[in-house]
Amino acid sequence: MSLLTRTDGALADDLKPSRGPRESILSRGAALVVMGVFTLYFLVPIWWLFIASTKDRGDLLTTNALWFSDWNFFANVGDLFAYNDGIYLRWLVNSLGYAGIGALLATVVAGMCGYALAKYRFRGREVFFNVVLGGVLVPATALALPLFLLFSQVNLTNTFWAVLLPSIVSPFGVYLSRIYATASVPDELIEAGRIDGAGEVRTFFTISMRLMTPALVTVFLFQFVSIWNNFFLPLIMLRSQELFPVTFGLYSWNTQLNQIPELRTYVLVGSFLSIVPLIVAFLLLQRFWRNGLGTGSVK
Amino acid sequence: MTATEVLVTRGGRAGRPAKPARRHTPHKGAIAIFAGPFGVLFLLFYLIPIGYAVWQSLLVVQRDGTYGAPEEVFGGPAQYALVFQNAPFWESVGRVLLFGVVQVPIMLGLALLFALLLDSPVLKGKKFFRLAFFAPYAVPGVIAAIMWGFLYSPNLSPFTDVTQTIDFLSPELVLWSIANVVTWVFVGYNMLIIYSALLAIPSEVYEAARLDGAGQVRIAWSIKIPMVAPALILTAVFSIIGTLQLLAEPQVFRSFSAAVSSTYTPNMTIYATSSIPNTHLAAAFSVVLALATFVLSFTFLKITQRKAER
Repeated sequence: MSLLTRTDGALADDLKPSRGPRESILSRGAALVVMGVFTLYFLVPIWWLFIASTKDRGDLLTTNALWFSDWNFFANVGDLFAYNDGIYLRWLVNSLGYAGIGALLATVVAGMCGYALAKYRFRGREVFFNVVLGGVLVPATALALPLFLLFSQVNLTNTFWAVLLPSIVSPFGVYLSRIYATASVPDELIEAGRIDGAGEVRTFFTISMRLMTPALVTVFLFQFVSIWNNFFLPLIMLRSQELFPVTFGLYSWNTQLNQIPELRTYVLVGSFLSIVPLIVAFLLLQRFWRNGLGTGSVK
Repeated sequence: MTATEVLVTRGGRAGRPAKPARRHTPHKGAIAIFAGPFGVLFLLFYLIPIGYAVWQSLLVVQRDGTYGAPEEVFGGPAQYALVFQNAPFWESVGRVLLFGVVQVPIMLGLALLFALLLDSPVLKGKKFFRLAFFAPYAVPGVIAAIMWGFLYSPNLSPFTDVTQTIDFLSPELVLWSIANVVTWVFVGYNMLIIYSALLAIPSEVYEAARLDGAGQVRIAWSIKIPMVAPALILTAVFSIIGTLQLLAEPQVFRSFSAAVSSTYTPNMTIYATSSIPNTHLAAAFSVVLALATFVLSFTFLKITQRKAER
């Protein structure tokens, strides 16, 4: 169950090449060229952003955009952190708060619900599941405006909660958890827990949750990314810049570039720094995934 | 990509062990504890807002004379009549549909090509390519748009030779410049979904083809692509939803190009209307857009599933 491990043994690689070696070299070369060109397409923009964030304002426009000139990275970062009483750091912390707390709660709540749908029979179960499934197809941005109208009735707009609370609901997480729990948590195990006198809740948190780890990590990652990238909700809910997530803060700076040109360096350096945590999260969690999947109970 | 693989291989019809139907539900307390929190949150932040949007869209503001106090009264389909008369909104719908018809096939075609190459024996260095292609997915839409906005600008771009000849931010090209940003971010993500579906194909399936002496291209065309069709459908549905929701990228491009109006996409129209503010009309827009998204994704699912069953 992973990108990296094939449990079934033989791969397409093991097939004997049916064509001559010359053609094989040709197709190898063609494949490499295609992938090489697109590697440039995908990585050059990020490389440029990194290079741009190491330059001072003068060098940014006058020197080779894809290579270093004077190394000003740390000076730029220092300036960025100092600007406007360190609002940028505040934004980073906000983003971590919204995405970290939101995704964690979303994962637990969706995991429990998916588990209940997979492992217990109760009236209205399928109706409940189908309604949630419909929720997957409802675009989150269509919810932003009515949420704003509702939140303004209870004075919750322009608060941390306005962005956090709606982020805790992940219909996709429920869907995935249900499918995964059905496949990976054996009924016999739950029965055994019952015979041993463990409560249902305890069985879930001590045994079932562990078996569901790969699915839960996936739900967490998806939700983390979608909260981190969410744009409409902060746009519509937040007015005070102390509450902005980092992407939205950078957006607000970007709209002021014409009035305040010195913001340009901050936008570039800030953009570069803001994608580092996500890349780190991906790498760390991907490893966790692999382990979870390698030793997982599936199949 | 566990998520997607599970989705792809098991679909929605995960088999559950058949149990005899019981009269009363055992473990009621546990079910309430497990499903309750999500149920309540789903009600509060999905169902109630949808209901509230529908309700708001049915109201109109009436004033007693020009200076009288505003009063909200039931207006029936009045807002929807305004929605259908609103030319900028329908232009924005047409724009994202055009965008989707071009961008989604290109993006998914590339994703499929890369996934097939990653899965084929002709490619070396798969681990590197997989990471490199996926990296843009870690860049949020807003940041990607800011970055590409700079890359497109005639002065700042590292490719000034190109950007001074071709104006990527002109009214004719800016939609496709935005399409490039979206493609750049999401190709790798879709590639991984399709790739994980390819990995799930058991090797015995290739056995017969091998005996028949089929080459890699033939295997890809006749075996691999049909077998990853469910994954392609899944990525297509998510892409359709994403296209109709387009907001962050064009909103960012407003500061780079005058060609992007405040009503460039449906979501931008909703935002612009809500900040006028005309919340009732904005609510009606939201309802229409949500329905359109739902119907389009659902229809696509149905059509493709029927085809697959044939």
